[in-house]
Parts: sequence; structure tokens; C-alpha cells
Amino acid sequence: MPNKTDKKEVLVKVKRQSAPKVSPHWEEFRLQWRPYMNVIICLRDISENPVTSDGRPTTPVSYDSNCLEEVCGSCAMLINGKARMACSALVDQLDQPIRIEPLTKFPVVRDLSVDRQFMFESLKRVKAWIPIDGTYDLGEGPRVPPEIQEKGYPLSRCITCGNCLEVCPQVNEHNPFMGAAIFSQVRLFNMHPTGKMHAKERIAAAMGNGGIEDCANAQNCVVACPKGIPLTESLAEINREAWKQSLFGWLAG
Amino acid sequence: MRQPKIIVVGGGLAGLMATIRVAEAGVPVDLFSIVPVKRSHSVCAQGGINAAKNQKGEGDSIAKHFDDTIYGGDFLANQPLVKRMCEAAPGIIDLLDRMGVMFNRTPEGLLDYRRFGGTLYHRTAFAGATTGQQLLYALDEQVRRHESEGKVQKYEGATFLSAVIDDSGVCRGICSMDLRSMEVTTHAADAVIFATGGIGAIFGRSTNSVVCTGSAQSALFQQGVDYANGEFIQVHPTAIPGEDKLRLMSESARGEGGRVWVPKNPNDQRPPRTIPEGERFYFLEEWYPKYGNLVPRDIATRAIHRIVYQEHLGLHGKAAVYLDVTHIPRETLDRKLEGILEIYEKFLGVDPHVEPMQVFPAMHYTMGGIWINGQDQATSVPGIYAAGECEYQYHGANRLGANSLVSCIFGGGLAGPAAVKYAANLQTGTEAVSSTVFENEKKRQQEKNQMLISNQGSENPITIWRELGDIMTEHVTVTRINKNLELADSKIRDLQARYHKINLSDRTKWSNQTLNFARELENMLVLARVVTLGALQRNESRGAHYKPDFPERDDANWLKTTRARFSDGEIQLTYEPVDISQIPPRPRRYDAAK
Repeated sequence: MPNKTDKKEVLVKVKRQSAPKVSPHWEEFRLQWRPYMNVIICLRDISENPVTSDGRPTTPVSYDSNCLEEVCGSCAMLINGKARMACSALVDQLDQPIRIEPLTKFPVVRDLSVDRQFMFESLKRVKAWIPIDGTYDLGEGPRVPPEIQEKGYPLSRCITCGNCLEVCPQVNEHNPFMGAAIFSQVRLFNMHPTGKMHAKERIAAAMGNGGIEDCANAQNCVVACPKGIPLTESLAEINREAWKQSLFGWLAG
Repeated sequence: MRQPKIIVVGGGLAGLMATIRVAEAGVPVDLFSIVPVKRSHSVCAQGGINAAKNQKGEGDSIAKHFDDTIYGGDFLANQPLVKRMCEAAPGIIDLLDRMGVMFNRTPEGLLDYRRFGGTLYHRTAFAGATTGQQLLYALDEQVRRHESEGKVQKYEGATFLSAVIDDSGVCRGICSMDLRSMEVTTHAADAVIFATGGIGAIFGRSTNSVVCTGSAQSALFQQGVDYANGEFIQVHPTAIPGEDKLRLMSESARGEGGRVWVPKNPNDQRPPRTIPEGERFYFLEEWYPKYGNLVPRDIATRAIHRIVYQEHLGLHGKAAVYLDVTHIPRETLDRKLEGILEIYEKFLGVDPHVEPMQVFPAMHYTMGGIWINGQDQATSVPGIYAAGECEYQYHGANRLGANSLVSCIFGGGLAGPAAVKYAANLQTGTEAVSSTVFENEKKRQQEKNQMLISNQGSENPITIWRELGDIMTEHVTVTRINKNLELADSKIRDLQARYHKINLSDRTKWSNQTLNFARELENMLVLARVVTLGALQRNESRGAHYKPDFPERDDANWLKTTRARFSDGEIQLTYEPVDISQIPPRPRRYDAAK
């Protein structure tokens, strides 16, 4: 097996699946190493010359990508077994052969491309927005203390990549747990001076089937987050708020 | 009264703002986007959004924002609409603030503002160094709210193929392709708003996202929608070189005090931090003492090119200069620039807090785009509106940093109600149009797919695309020479000929990204010619368009808008006057006060 100091060649194994209900298989590719190569460049090289390492022509690999700078959240996949963004996965920092697989907690569309609509639906469910009256001119927004901004800004950098769901043991086909990213958004909107006015509605939506009480505190999410969001803090806080709300009801707390 | 229906194509800032405005008007809206809208390219905008709030007591005003924008754009922008944008900008900031954007704050809890290129005022509101992401999310959240109330129907993972235009030349809907089933469908609408963003992909590598191919604009152009000022391409001075992408290093790094320099001795092998001040050449500060590191982007880009290619002072003989923030306190960097410094560290493995960043200019933005009128974002085809980077109105020959976000939101906010008004006033709506109009368009697009899938040629679409990018980057970016532009155009036409011999390595019918890319490529080739021919014709230097053989701005001959038309398969360029009714043109120079 070539090690990571062998700079001539990059050995990549990709889990292929031509459609949602087809069983997957692996294909191996030999690529030419270049400086600062990342997994996206590997996938592009394969697209330009889709031939496996044993010389068999195949199809280009389907995958999701867009910004290539870890801010759009598209290119999450399993790389050497780890949920991460392909654009920031540098070949020189990876053991070879590099094994690339789709995320397992979302339905596969084709190859590495997955359907993460579940997360966007969850954002709807918890009302992850500030309910403004309208876009007409109503003057300035509320003053926000700098310390709230400094707490809120990191939460607002969530790219909905799904890595926190991927690594969470509570997210599985038997359990519709919404995942850390969603609860962290609840926390974000509930700390905003306007968002706070509707905090109870969001907390209520964060409970129940797939809700916060399903969190088993494995703490994998915070490690997997590419944006370093303090997800476990968010989970703990929403959990506390949910307890308060269920104990004291809508009037108190 | 009949209920009109609107389609928005594109889910970046402009498209989302248009969607919100249409939904607010109580009109149903279908929103089409290649990617889930939350993953749109607007997330890549970093530094901030401009509005003359004068929150630092510097005497800033809307008139100054307006003047900076017109002057920065080298007087090519039509002035009335730009003025309206600058007037609207403070209200746009208020709106975003009300939507909950986590803007940086002053100790008093007010919005903080930073300096940006091409102005002497602190005019740029910001949320760390990921302002575009934060703004996009705010609008995405509002659209999601309207969606949950049934006012917006999203079609994510669908790409626009063509407009459905009836026999009288009126747009009646769109033809799109689902990127999973690859099914081609038509969708009726009384008006369609396009907010399809940038065209970076025709330059191969750029700071743009993968979806920024300009394919939609080009498809519309080929259907008779005019395209304006295509030759004005912004090359951002500071990006991180990369093979898959040239990642932007925001102007905010300089707005917060970052300095650009090279060692005076090109053979200096010492680590940058150990090179004494006296042996460093801060060329922007020296050449442009008034604006220093915050000259507009076209000026900074040409200065870096001069340092590298004429003065031969590039770092270690390479095409790179230092962008240095190591002297700025770490606490400030973490609070105001964290997002971008993290990108540098992640992709290069070097910590910019302790070592100056190595950067070089990269294609970043198109000032040109779909021709729209001077009032309400309407294009040359009735029923088609455009907003955001895909249209041409707001930035003239060079866009000032942090003006793009405001132009997207302003333009989108204008297009939404304009489309609603147009649709409501239609004598006959799209429901009265014969179904054969839709069927014919669908058939035309299906046949294109079939041709591509079955073609047995020898050409790989990615290879053609790479060659296109090389041609465009070499000849049609910073320095333009007529004989090279002629060569570039003939090479693009060669690529168009080779395109007919395309061979897809994927002929399957499910989620075929190769097929979609091949379709985009055909459109990219046409748009690349529009950019190149516009540049070839314009014998002057203005803003981002620089010809060493014609080094001066030539108002007598070239103070005019390039307007490209597609007729009988040919690109025709015509010219129309620029509205300079507010500010008379004057020489643009940044080495002294203006």
C-alpha cells in the first residue's frame, strides 16, 4: 500500500451506486499527484478520464459541490471513514488508498450525492427564522449587545452539511432525530432580541418525535462540525429550555 | 381578477429577495435553483455590504456613496438607478438587521462599519468575514417561512434550459431539467425573474462557485435577450491560488489594516517576518498614498501584475505577493476576519496570524450582464426580468467592494414588484397561450439532450472547458491586446466546432452530471465570445478593461454601453449612450484626492 509520502500517484477508492435502490460497489482509480490536491480535484480528474486502475472505462462520479471553500455545505462525504467536506480534505493529509463514500444517514441519489432535504424540512418545523412583519421600511432593527453577537455569530455559520447527523448514533432509520445543527439554530433564533419573542414556539417544535429529548449526549457532533460550532452547548441549552417549558408550561419559565 | 404567477430562477441574494417581494404581494411564486438555495454562491461574499449610514461621524452621505460608486465604475454606469440604490442602501441594512443578521456590533450595540476599497469612509456593515453567507441565510430563512405558509414552491435541483417564448415574442414560462430524473419539463408563468449570478466558469478557475457558469444568461441571449457590457470583468487582486478554485481573500483583510508588499530584493530568501521594514516594498501605499491598500480592485490588480511581470518582484520569482495581517492584534483578527483566515489556513496549512499570506489576482465578478432598462429590471424581452450579478446596471466598468450585496438585494427587491405589476396588467395571461408553444420548446430541449447522449465523437467536455478557461484567463482578463483577443475568439470558435464532436462518458438517464455540464459548456462558449468581442471592439482603457495600446479612457468615443444581440446565429454589438445626468464625468485617479 502506498503511503502518504509517495507523491507520484494518488490511489482513490470510490463507492459507486448508480441509483437510489441499486446495491453499491467499489471502484479504484490511480491519479497523478499534484501540490495542494484535494478530494474535489481527485473527483474532477476521474471525470476527465473515467477509467479505473485496472483499465476499465466507467462513468464520472456524481457528487455534490459548489463553493469549494467550505461555506456552502454541499460536498460532505465520508473520506477514510470520516464525515467531512471534500473541498478541504487535502490529499497530502490523507492515508492512501483514499476511501470515498456517500454519507450513510441520508438517501443516496447517485454515487456520493445524497438527499439532505430532511434538514431543510426540520428547519421549517422549528421555525428557524425571525418573523418580521414585512420588508417595507420599519426602521432599524433592535440593538444587540456585542456579547450576544459574539455568541450568535458562530452558530449562524452552520452550513447544513449534515456531518453532525452523520456521526450521531441517535440519527437512524428508526428514529427521526433532527440532529444537533437544527437545535443549534433554535438556540440562535431564541437569543436574538426579536427571535426571543417566539422562543417558546420554537422550543415546543424542538420537542416530541425526533426532538431534543432523543439526544443521548454522545458528543460526536461537536467533533465532526467543520465550522467548530459549539453544538453540545446548544444541545444542552435547548434541553434545559425544553425541560423548563414542559415542567412549567407556557406561562412560566 | 385572474391570479398572476411568477417564476424566479436562481436562489442567491437577488433571487431570494425577489421571491420574498413577490410572495409578500400575495402572488404565488415558483423558485428554481440548481442547488438547494441555501448553498448558493452568495455565501462566498465575505467582506460586507455598503450603506452610507455615517455611523462613525465622518460626514459620509448617500451623495458620497453615489459618487464613489460612479467614480469607481469609471463613469460607465447609468446614473439614476445607481443613485436609487445608494438611497435605498441604509434601509436595506435596516431590513437585514431586522431579519436577524448577526452583524458585528459596537459597544453601544449598534452596527459596526469597516472601510473598504474605493472609499475613504467606514461604510461597510459586516458579519465577521462571512457577510454574504449571513445575508443569504437571512433571506433563505424568510423564504422558508413563506414556503411553509404555501406561498413559495421551490424547485431545487432543477436547472434552467430555456425560456418559453410565444409567437409574439413574449415570455410565457420556462423549460427546465430535473437534475436527478433528467426529465425536461415546462412551467408556465406570466413573468420570470432571472437571478442566475456570475460567469466565473468561462474563465476556468475563478473565485466563483461551480454553478456560476453563465449558462442561463447565455441561453437567454441566444433566445433574443440582449447582453450588455460583457467585456467588463473584475479581477480581484487578492486570491489564494488553487487548482480547483481561486479562493477569495477578502478586501476586508485590507479594510482592517492588512498591507500588501514584496521584498525589495526579489532574491530575498529570508522568512517574511524577519525582513526589516526598510527592505519591504509596500507598493500600493507608495504609489497611491491617499487610498493606499484600499484602492479599487482594478487598480490593485494592475499594480500587482506590474510588480510581478514588469518589475519582476514576485515572491521567489513566482506570481504572488504578500498580504500581511500579522501586525494586527489576534483578538481583532478573530472577531472581524476569522472566516477568511480560517480558509487560508485550511487550504494551505499556513497560519496567516503569524505568516503573511501569499496571494495573486483572480477572476471574480462580471460587471456586464443581461441588459435591463433603467427603471425596473426589465430585459429586452417582455416578461423577462433580471437582478443581481447576472445583469449589468449597477457597477459600470468596475465594481466597488461591498457594493455587490447591496445591488443584489436592491435589484431583486425592484424586480419582484415590477414582475407582479407587469403580470397583473397583462391582457392575456400565460393560461391563454397555446400548449404547442410549450410542447415545441420542450421538444427542442429534449432533442438537444438526445443529441448529446447519442453523439459518438472524440471530445471530452471537461477538456474543452479547461482549454476555454486557459484562453479566457490568458487573453481576456487583466491586460487586453487586440491581436490576442482576435486569436482568443478564433480559438473559441475552434472549441465550438470541437463541441459538435463531443462524446459523453456517461450516457445514463439518472442524475447525469456530465450531460448537464455539456449543456452548460455549449452556452459558456457563446458567452465567452460575447465577452471577448466586446473587449476587442472597445479601444480604450476604462475601469477593469485595460488595453496598453489604448491606455486612456476615451469619453469622446467610448462613453457608451456595449449592447450585444444574437441574430441569425451571430453576435452583433451595438452601442447606446450612458445616462450621465447626475455627475459629469471627470478623470479617475486614486494617487490623489478626487
